Amino acid sequence: MSTLAHVFEAAGLATVALGSIRAHMAGVAPPRGLFCDFPLGRPLGRPADPAFQHRVLAQALDLLQTARGPTLAEFPESIEDDENVTLACPLPPRFDPDAHPAVDEARALRPGFDRAVARYGNRAGTGRVVDADDIPAAVEAFARVADGTPWKEAGIPGIPARVAQDIRGYYETAALALAEHTPGAWETTRWFLDATETGRTLRAARQRLEDAGVSRNVWFYLMPGG
Amino acid sequence: MTDRQAKALTADLELPTFDATAFTIPPPLGTATVAIVTTASLHHPDQDDFAPTDTSFRILDPARRDLQLGHWSPNFDATGFAVDVNVVFPIDRLQELADTGRIGAVAPHHLAFAGNQFELTQIRLDSGPAAAKLLRADGVDVVLLTPV
Repeated sequence: MSTLAHVFEAAGLATVALGSIRAHMAGVAPPRGLFCDFPLGRPLGRPADPAFQHRVLAQALDLLQTARGPTLAEFPESIEDDENVTLACPLPPRFDPDAHPAVDEARALRPGFDRAVARYGNRAGTGRVVDADDIPAAVEAFARVADGTPWKEAGIPGIPARVAQDIRGYYETAALALAEHTPGAWETTRWFLDATETGRTLRAARQRLEDAGVSRNVWFYLMPGG
Repeated sequence: MTDRQAKALTADLELPTFDATAFTIPPPLGTATVAIVTTASLHHPDQDDFAPTDTSFRILDPARRDLQLGHWSPNFDATGFAVDVNVVFPIDRLQELADTGRIGAVAPHHLAFAGNQFELTQIRLDSGPAAAKLLRADGVDVVLLTPV
């Protein structure tokens, strides 16, 4: 992003770049940068908090008065990820004992997903490669991988990382409706990875692929983290 | 998974360097036209999704809120954007600034690139300058750059 700042300034556009990774802001040194110590994914800080967002913008736009660059300022308020907080989100009881637990769970979350989409839209949920109707089948494909089926034979309906994004997006969007509040950053991700059957299944599939010597590009981006 | 862990994953990335820092002095903010350019890989549903290592950009309509997050990295929180586009793409805040006269105008188009790029030559030499040309043609004076 800071690269674009350099390109745009050279073309006669004044720029202000926001960023939440201090080393990157300092290293690429955009002509005007505002480092904001916020969680990744929330560069304006707080969703649904216009006053806070305006404070960020005000400081960013003030940098346009500087006479030369590069200049790097820091927003005075930090937002910490409370690493001990995982979304408290009720999961539905088992419905179909014959289904894989993760598949059963994914099916049961559909009403929550639909309620969240009705309220917020489907901005970060499904649809990159898998629509909501096909999420349970995609989950089942990763369950097969976790059980030892070679990934190319498991029926994963697209590039595995992209399919996994849709599955995570489906769960995290459903969680917005089940929690009925705006979670802090990473709270729903921790819930998905650690508290759900599908999170555990995806983690097991990833481990199975790594152990089998499959290319890192296939398994590394199946879920957040290294 | 924590934000600290996600940021640690970026520690070894090789960063581009620039021999000189181009610098444009904008007109007074109260007369300036402002655009948002984000590297969050946003697109409208009827536009193409971003491919891996996609160096092109999408043109975003400021009147629309049907935006989708097409970024390939799993290492950021997406729920903030799911709830409020403005936490990544502060289009409503920009319009409020225009309404109060703090900025001159909101640009007629905004742009989205894909972040998480490791080879930046195309962006530096091709799509970046093309984006700048489009923004200049729209009368844009100031660009707010946002990541995800």
